[in-house]
Amino acid sequence: MTSAGLIILDPTNESVPATRQLLSRPRDVAGLTVGLLDISKPRGNVFLDRVEELLIGRGAKVLRFSKPTFTKPAPVDMRHEIAMNCNLVIEALAD
Amino acid sequence: MTSHAPKLPDGLVVVVKRDCATCQMVEPLLVLIAASTNLTVYTQDDPTFPESVPAIHDSDLAISWHHSIDTVPTLITVVNGQETDRTFGWSRADWQRLTGLDDLGEDLPVMRPGCGSMSVDPDRVDALRVAFTDTPIISRHVELSSAEDEFEAMYARGWTDGLPVIPPTPERVLRMLTGTTRAPQDVVAIAPPDLVELTVEKIAINAVMAGCLPEYLPWVIAALEAVCTDTFNMHGVLATTMPVGPVIICNGPGTRAIGMNSGINALGQGNRANNTIGRAVQLTIRNVGGGRPGEVDRATHGNPGKISFCFAEDELGSPFTSLATERGIALGQNAVTVFAGEGPRCVVDQLARTADELTNSLVACLQTVHHPKLVIGFDAILIISPDHGRLFAQEGWTREQLITQLIERSHTPGEQLVRGARGIAEGIPPHLRDATLPKFRPGGILLTFAGGGAGLFSSIVAGWANSAIGSDPVTRVVGS
Repeated sequence: MTSAGLIILDPTNESVPATRQLLSRPRDVAGLTVGLLDISKPRGNVFLDRVEELLIGRGAKVLRFSKPTFTKPAPVDMRHEIAMNCNLVIEALAD
Repeated sequence: MTSHAPKLPDGLVVVVKRDCATCQMVEPLLVLIAASTNLTVYTQDDPTFPESVPAIHDSDLAISWHHSIDTVPTLITVVNGQETDRTFGWSRADWQRLTGLDDLGEDLPVMRPGCGSMSVDPDRVDALRVAFTDTPIISRHVELSSAEDEFEAMYARGWTDGLPVIPPTPERVLRMLTGTTRAPQDVVAIAPPDLVELTVEKIAINAVMAGCLPEYLPWVIAALEAVCTDTFNMHGVLATTMPVGPVIICNGPGTRAIGMNSGINALGQGNRANNTIGRAVQLTIRNVGGGRPGEVDRATHGNPGKISFCFAEDELGSPFTSLATERGIALGQNAVTVFAGEGPRCVVDQLARTADELTNSLVACLQTVHHPKLVIGFDAILIISPDHGRLFAQEGWTREQLITQLIERSHTPGEQLVRGARGIAEGIPPHLRDATLPKFRPGGILLTFAGGGAGLFSSIVAGWANSAIGSDPVTRVVGS
């Protein structure tokens, strides 16, 4: 069945995601501040402790952040704090 | 009346159509009225009717639409461009009063009902609404090509849940919007996961696609208000790998007014309101919120209820106070309660003859929610059927009594629950070995009542991670 020129209304939010150029990858992390964002899944901290050790061993400064719960997006204030204080961020999963 | 409504001339105005026996009956009177006052006649169908007085053909039904003519004949008094009085059909007393002619129609019956106005003809009304409403629709109009099958086109655009959807034409969407008093651009909520403003108009479009009737729209709006809260956490419900989706329990007299099913097969197929309200919520989250399986929706298995899972509580048959009352809603108000739940599972107990025995069965089955060795972290809906409810009714058990007993009897020694116990790695942390723990937190059982009149079964719907970590149930009053 066809309908010539049937008009329907767009059910979506009609938004177009902004596209941004990725920053270039740093050659090394020495002297940079790396944020480690723990999403608060069980044992994620174990994984991030080891990542922190490795980063410090490479001369990075590490700041740790934890989401209140893994089921919700990181709070705006936390995202802002990470953006203001870190050159890089690693958002880490668990399980 | 909309802002662009054509004005009626002063004096008396009558709207008629030839295809109406009452209009034909009053035709001889129109000459008499015209002789005594300024009468303007609008005719809807046949420009040659009435033959006795001049008439203006309301060919596009603009006069009829804008002046809310539901019945012909309608007689209206207009003073200084404003309507001051009207009567519809033939009522001798009313026509005499409006015309000031005391002996008008003395040979006619005292009253006779009129006929439906062409402006409310179901075959025309949607097109008239589009033509004459100061259209508030701002969504992008998508014109399909003549070569496109509209159903395939909507699949191809990713707008469906895998089942066909009704094409949301402007006519259908405007008709849907008649189901609410809210303005189309009212923002109902911020829809996750894309965190975009969710308007009544976008909900109406998705409700059309889901197959809703306009009278379901306030329920869809209320359910979306409820799921788009931080408490319910729709973002997390989507993103979780667990199989949950929004389960919607409806309460109030409105459930019966819109024909919801709380009886036989209440959780299943076959009832339009049950199935399309839940579907509209999920389509809205998909299309407006942007929550699609494989993208933000990461469910390992999901469950069929993620297409739609919505039912009404059988408040009239229930031996308990209603779920909505329990959650603070005044008796007689319509409300929805949303719960992040998986598919239902059956509790079979055909041998219990006392409330006590049945409670033990229910506890045994509730213990299996997600895992028999995991406690407190998951809530559940318990849907008691009429046959099971009778056991509680005959002993006068209240809602509070049943829930208290269910939780009390669900206590289990930690040594049976800890990781490794019973040869099962899964379980609670070892430091809780010496505790005795209930299966559910306080408030962790949502007791409700529904189902057909035969069957010694109840039903359990297991939840997701509860509390501020995950999702708590949310109840909202259904507006107009």
